[in-house]
Amino acid sequence: MRLLLTTILSSLVATGAFAQNYCAAGKTLLDNKLTVATGNPAYFPWVMDDAPESKNGFEAAVVYAVANEMGFADSAVVWTRSSFDQAIQPGVKDFDFNVQQFSITPERDEIVDFSAPYYAAAMAVLTRKTVVDKGADTSIGALKGLIWGADANTTAVPMLADIVQPDKEPLLYGDNADVVEAMKANQIDAALFDLPTALYLSAVVLEDGVVLGQFPAERSENPDEFGLLFEEGNPLKECVDAALETLKQNGTLAALETEWLSATTGVPVIE
Amino acid sequence: MPTRRQAYETRVKRRSAVIAGGSTLGVLAAIVLLVPLAPGWPGVKKSFFNAEVFAKTFPGLLDAFVWDVAIFLWSAPLIFLLGLLIALARDARSPALYPLRLFGMFYTDIFRGVPVILVIYLIGFGIPGLGLPRPWNSPFIWGTVALVLTYSAYVAEVFRTGIESVHQSQRAAAASLGLVNKDVMRYVILPQAIRKVVPANMNLFIALQKDVALLSFIGPVEIFRQAGVYKSLLANFTPYVGAALIFLAITIPATRYADYLLAKQLRERT
Repeated sequence: MRLLLTTILSSLVATGAFAQNYCAAGKTLLDNKLTVATGNPAYFPWVMDDAPESKNGFEAAVVYAVANEMGFADSAVVWTRSSFDQAIQPGVKDFDFNVQQFSITPERDEIVDFSAPYYAAAMAVLTRKTVVDKGADTSIGALKGLIWGADANTTAVPMLADIVQPDKEPLLYGDNADVVEAMKANQIDAALFDLPTALYLSAVVLEDGVVLGQFPAERSENPDEFGLLFEEGNPLKECVDAALETLKQNGTLAALETEWLSATTGVPVIE
Repeated sequence: MPTRRQAYETRVKRRSAVIAGGSTLGVLAAIVLLVPLAPGWPGVKKSFFNAEVFAKTFPGLLDAFVWDVAIFLWSAPLIFLLGLLIALARDARSPALYPLRLFGMFYTDIFRGVPVILVIYLIGFGIPGLGLPRPWNSPFIWGTVALVLTYSAYVAEVFRTGIESVHQSQRAAAASLGLVNKDVMRYVILPQAIRKVVPANMNLFIALQKDVALLSFIGPVEIFRQAGVYKSLLANFTPYVGAALIFLAITIPATRYADYLLAKQLRERT
């Protein structure tokens, strides 16, 4: 582990100055600063305690790794907040890139730009113990019979329609907190989230929450991959893509995933 | 053979029509020609007025709009009834019924004072959270309750102004004919009061038709939520424009009708 860290650190130091000089220079919103937007609030385990500047949480850590790789010191990273709609609205953006679990889809890609994926998310079924006790299991037949909910802004909505095809029309909500509230009120049986979010909600927010199972990220059709979001045509994208590629090659990305999202192993796979 | 006065008036009319038409065309031309010159126009056009996205999402939006109409249709009679009851409570004149008056006052104060969306959240998630069994915890039921509570407070105030606008002498006259209080209200005051406030209530019901969309916050996938889903998947705001058009198709005729009723009433009064 120490060897790995040393390698990572030395590679950061080695490539840092080089990268900023030749790639990111002059392409950022503010000179020599990297302005990064995240959600308001930003959720665990992507950002811990809604404080991205603490570098805790997977996305916060990835952002600092990418920044360092491009030659920005930690102190040169400036955080701002944005909603999903602010991220996709036309016009000038007030961030260099935006990170809040944006799934890369071809349709979205026509309006904004995405970096190379930094995480492939499995989708998971969050439910409550009472529902499992009543006999819900990971068979598609049982899943169909449940009343489903989801966050309307996520790719969980088309996934529900394509893969589960529930008998009753799902109920959709504006954010995670509302989905959980509906689950507590017994208005929905189950909800579809990306796996790390589902694990967090079941462990911390929902008292008798259970993650029933996951749809693997590597499914043949439409794998759900998260990318950093840029304004369409932002030249910084190339630099970030190069940085992400390096982080992938040298194992940093995998190490961060292990550090922050390790709990995702061991959840039963559906189908 | 028109008189000189008639000829003059025709001339003036024609001239005003030409000027009105010209200035309208001018403004339209300015909008059509100038807006696309804005540097961000191509982006806005792609995000808000995307024909391809519009065609793809419009049928789905229409399907979802059925929910809006349904929620409106079952809420409106309930609002009418509850609003009338609250108005009557506020008009209770017997001293023994003072608590009723007080209740009516608090009710209208509270539900007119809290934003609809908060009432929908609190009732839509709060009451089902008490542990109601299905299907009694449905967001459709409690969302409707929230709408009815809020809107009946407004409607009650409208009815109250209607009731108060019927002159005191009518009550006296009815009483002198031997009608008891209940019958005075039922046969003399209310028939006039309700008719007087029809246009004002129409406006409230038009507002209700739009606010039905707020129920989407607690789960129902009606047109606003459906548009939001499309927006999120396509990263494009065109579905919202489509939803707005669908709302307009309902609300513009309704607003015109309310205006017509108001004008008719004014004519009858003068």
